[in-house]
Amino acid sequence: MAIEVRGVNKSFGSTPVLSDVSVDVRSGALTALLGPSGGGKSTLLRVIAGLEQPDSGTVRISGVDATRLSPQRRNVGFVFQHYAAFKHLTVFRNVAFGLEIRKRPGAEIRRRVRELLELVHLEQFADRYPHQLSGGQRQRMALARALAVEPEVLLLDEPFGALDAQVRRELRTWLRRLHDEVHVTTVFVTHDQEEAIEVADDLVLLADGRVKQAGRPHVLYDDPADTFVMSFLGPVTRLDGQLVRPHDLELSVDPVPAGVPATVSRVVRLGFEVRVELVVDGQEAYAQVTRRTADRLGLDPGAPVYVRRSPEARGAAVAAG
Amino acid sequence: MTRVALRAVALTYLALLLVLPVGLIVWRTFGAGLGPFVDSLTTPSALHAFGVTVVVAFWAVLANTLFGVGVSLLLVRHSFPGKRLLGAFIDLPMAVSPVVVGLALVLVYGVGSPLGRGLASAGIQVIFSIPGMVLATVFVALPLVVRAVVPVLQELGEDQEQAAHTLGASRWQAFRRITLPGIRGALGYGVVLAIARSLGEYGAVAVVSGRLVDRTQTMTLFVEERFGNFDQQSAFSAATALALIAIVILLLTKVLRPKGAV
Ligand SMILES: Nc1ncnc2c1ncn2[C@@H]1O[C@H](COP(=O)(O)OP(=O)(O)OP(=O)(O)O)[C@@H](O)[C@H]1O
Ligand SMILES: [Mg+2]
Repeated sequence: MAIEVRGVNKSFGSTPVLSDVSVDVRSGALTALLGPSGGGKSTLLRVIAGLEQPDSGTVRISGVDATRLSPQRRNVGFVFQHYAAFKHLTVFRNVAFGLEIRKRPGAEIRRRVRELLELVHLEQFADRYPHQLSGGQRQRMALARALAVEPEVLLLDEPFGALDAQVRRELRTWLRRLHDEVHVTTVFVTHDQEEAIEVADDLVLLADGRVKQAGRPHVLYDDPADTFVMSFLGPVTRLDGQLVRPHDLELSVDPVPAGVPATVSRVVRLGFEVRVELVVDGQEAYAQVTRRTADRLGLDPGAPVYVRRSPEARGAAVAAG
Repeated sequence: MTRVALRAVALTYLALLLVLPVGLIVWRTFGAGLGPFVDSLTTPSALHAFGVTVVVAFWAVLANTLFGVGVSLLLVRHSFPGKRLLGAFIDLPMAVSPVVVGLALVLVYGVGSPLGRGLASAGIQVIFSIPGMVLATVFVALPLVVRAVVPVLQELGEDQEQAAHTLGASRWQAFRRITLPGIRGALGYGVVLAIARSLGEYGAVAVVSGRLVDRTQTMTLFVEERFGNFDQQSAFSAATALALIAIVILLLTKVLRPKGAV
């Protein structure tokens, strides 16, 4: 394991922010730390980097107990949500900072910084100052700066949080490719479950300062530990006192085994998908079906249908609380 | 119409309070040409007073710069019990008359107190000598550096320093390479204000120095003493020199001040 967090507790004043948090991060993997706002993601990341001291518990990095090490000695790369660019230094000097601190020879620094700037596609911006860059470019500069010192682990706090949707999408695909090239163990914080599932090898879901579930994205998606995990990771609807994924629901015009009678209340066409809103036993629910299925069934508001969880559905159903 | 009236009022006010008095001093100073001006400023007493002023101001500004940066870091980057009290205490010299400061220093460090006697027997004379004058000047110029640096330090935030730490920088390296360049402008501005205040200080220094001619006399004390002794040429020449220095310093602050500020 590249990072082992064991039984970490942390409070600010009397408010507990992390409660008995234990997390394993596999070497070389890209792990997403996912959870709602205020859940303690940033705090956990800062504890790993040494920017906060846990009240109790340990942090091991590459097998070494780092709990009492200062951030200076942990050799972690940290990318801050708002970049924390050194405003008075050029892009080149920003990236060179860690190497200058380590007193590497000038020729080596120049070579290494040029390589990194190429890696993050900023080679023509070396002489600019941070305020002359766009948000996405600043983010990439911060990434190059963190990578320059060849950290054991790379920690990213909402790396795309402050960017618009379009740039976000581009950068996360880029981050995934970069990670496949560089292979440094990476943990990134996000509260966007789609981003986490798309990019990460592993997920850690953190809420109210506790780890709700950790594992491969498809395991969390298909086999959630509880209703919270299930509803956080994807769309859910209720059927028969259970939470199910709307795309696991099957509709038919004729009665089927285990089929529950329902009435269509609205049909919303979202391009390739169709969202069929239903009333089952006086309760609202909805199913997500393909356009072809919707056309085949000829669904219209008011039509009676039978609905059941598809026998081939991979996702679990969880008893609703 | 009202704008014209307002301008007239403002200009009259400035003329009566600033331009006329300073103009008169300059006129009196150079009334007999440049010769007497130079002569009266190159007398041994005048030169000595100038030297004392520079020495006192130098140490006071140095102390206030180091102290000011330290206290600013403490106030902005750390939390500890009594922080608000310290913040309020920093502003005290603005509220207290310099004469009171001088008297307080005499009480603490004069030969009337155990501390003063102890220091005196160790061969250190504080009151009626340079150390006391430096202390007095440090005190009256105390808030200037702190109040200039604190808001900029707050604005700067902690992120950049923390980023430097994760990149392997020690506290000192992060301060030297990241914090200091970030507050350089504000620090320069505060230091220049402290220099101006230190050169012009009169009240506290007057009490603490004992006004010993050719020993503890600063430029401001020299002006007052010469004027009292009906040596108007010397008094006006020294006053003009002080005013000129102040103008140069004010111009410096205009250069150092963040853009856009008035
Ligand atoms: N320095 C601090 N002092 C006091 N409380 C803090 C401090 N830092 C964080 N907290 C509190 O700890 C809790 C968790 O904060 P944290 O920043 O870790 O959440 P997060 O999961 O990163 O949220 P977000 O997605 O909004 O960034 C919040 O309730 C926050 O108010
Ligand atoms: Mg956060």
